[in-house]
Amino acid sequence: MNDATPAVEIRDLHKHFGRLEVLKGISLTARPGDVVAVIGGSGSGKSTMLRCINMLETPSAGEIAIHGEAYAMRRTRGGLEPADRKQLQRIRAQLGMVFQNFNLWPHRTVLGNVIEVPVQVLGMPRDEAVARARQVLDRVGLAEKEDAYPAHMSGGQQQRCAIARVLAVEPLAMLFDEPTSALDPELVGEVLNVIRDLAAEKRTMILVTHEMGFARDVASHVVYLKDGRIEEQGPPEQLFGDPHSPHLQQFIRSIA
Amino acid sequence: MPDIDIVTPIRPTPALPLRSRLAPLLMPHRLVMAGLALAALAAIITKMDWSWLPGYLPKIGHGLLVTLALLASSVAAGFALALPLGAVQVTGPAPLRWLANGFCTVIRGTPLLLQLWLIYYGLGALFAQFPEIRGSWLWPYLRQAWPYGFLTLTLSFAAYQGEVIRGAFAGVPRGELEAARAFGMPRLMVFRRVWFPRAVHRALPTLAGEIILQLKATPLVATITVTDLYAVITRVRQATYLTYEPLLLLIAIYLCLSGTLTLALRWLEGRVPSGR
Repeated sequence: MNDATPAVEIRDLHKHFGRLEVLKGISLTARPGDVVAVIGGSGSGKSTMLRCINMLETPSAGEIAIHGEAYAMRRTRGGLEPADRKQLQRIRAQLGMVFQNFNLWPHRTVLGNVIEVPVQVLGMPRDEAVARARQVLDRVGLAEKEDAYPAHMSGGQQQRCAIARVLAVEPLAMLFDEPTSALDPELVGEVLNVIRDLAAEKRTMILVTHEMGFARDVASHVVYLKDGRIEEQGPPEQLFGDPHSPHLQQFIRSIA
Repeated sequence: MPDIDIVTPIRPTPALPLRSRLAPLLMPHRLVMAGLALAALAAIITKMDWSWLPGYLPKIGHGLLVTLALLASSVAAGFALALPLGAVQVTGPAPLRWLANGFCTVIRGTPLLLQLWLIYYGLGALFAQFPEIRGSWLWPYLRQAWPYGFLTLTLSFAAYQGEVIRGAFAGVPRGELEAARAFGMPRLMVFRRVWFPRAVHRALPTLAGEIILQLKATPLVATITVTDLYAVITRVRQATYLTYEPLLLLIAIYLCLSGTLTLALRWLEGRVPSGR
């Protein structure tokens, strides 16, 4: 497929939990190489939106397409649900997700965590997976740690391992769900540096973050969510330099 | 934010030098207590009647083997049964969940002795009524007592351990399972690669305690004529008219067994990579 096919496309996404409507019609496109930063106050729906992209949350209405392929959905009482399990698993395997709480598998070593998906899900031969894993671990600065267990590492190291786990599957797009929010302040930098390097390589990313300075540096496109709607979006210079929405102006002031 | 600290690395506590580990044992009151214990032991050995012991050693050895075999086999089979019992209670369809839950509740809520007798006298008598069973190759085993002891102990262990496993399954952090799903793992693979090993891992520390409890439950099989260690000692008491000596020996053997088991399981636990 050509480069014009969006890596991630969200059309009129709605999500409600019971009677609470969290997303009220969001449309968003990330082209290959885009780094989209999603900012907004807590409860604005930014994590929910991100989790809809790989169907960890199922949308109530709307359509999501990954690299031009829309999820096959079927109607249920409350909304939608994935209709094609095989397709869901195949698409998910192409989307790497980095979680706020790392969510590494603690019974496996660093290397075990990184080769798990390539070997088990993608069916890559083990030797090849190990070789690749060593490359990506080197990229995130964990080459020495491959035999360590997650419990024996710092939060920053664990999150870098989680990033390596994503890199190992060569994802079409990487989803970051507040990757530094659970880290001690002195460990935030090492994780952001890794993400910054990846952004410089033109990897497609959608990044939910509270780190405004980082979003401004790294993002090619910034989206401000307010009460389940996109209130304002645009290039970072415009959004941070000359925000139109009064809410966004206030949000940026409150963060700074 | 998680309420557990998942950021700070766990470091093993450094071993103290031998000298400072021994120091607390050398305090005066402890020395007195140790002296008294040694005196008691000496009195037990010299003043009591142990002349019967050499003659009964082979029988005691055999009883010990029976006890250990019952313990090991019922723990292994019970654990194997507990895994599906626990898993089904967390993920299974409603009827299976109720069934497993009911089984655990009934077994855990009634005395083991009662179960043993019900199975031995009830099932044993029932089997005997069917010529098909009496004629089958199984009958030479089914007419003995130990299969019923084994079955009862297994069911009991499965029920208690099943409850532990249920908790272990429920306690695996959702995020770890979510990560597996987010990477496109099919449900069965999530179970096989993440949920199941993590649950077993979490259940292991309690296993040691349950095995000790199981060891202490084994003497009940003596009531259905299985000659385990306890049954042998009872026979010694009947034959020698001695009350205390055989019982003291029994205590010493059970203490040694549970002590050895505790140490062995602690060692095993230390070898399994930790992670919460």
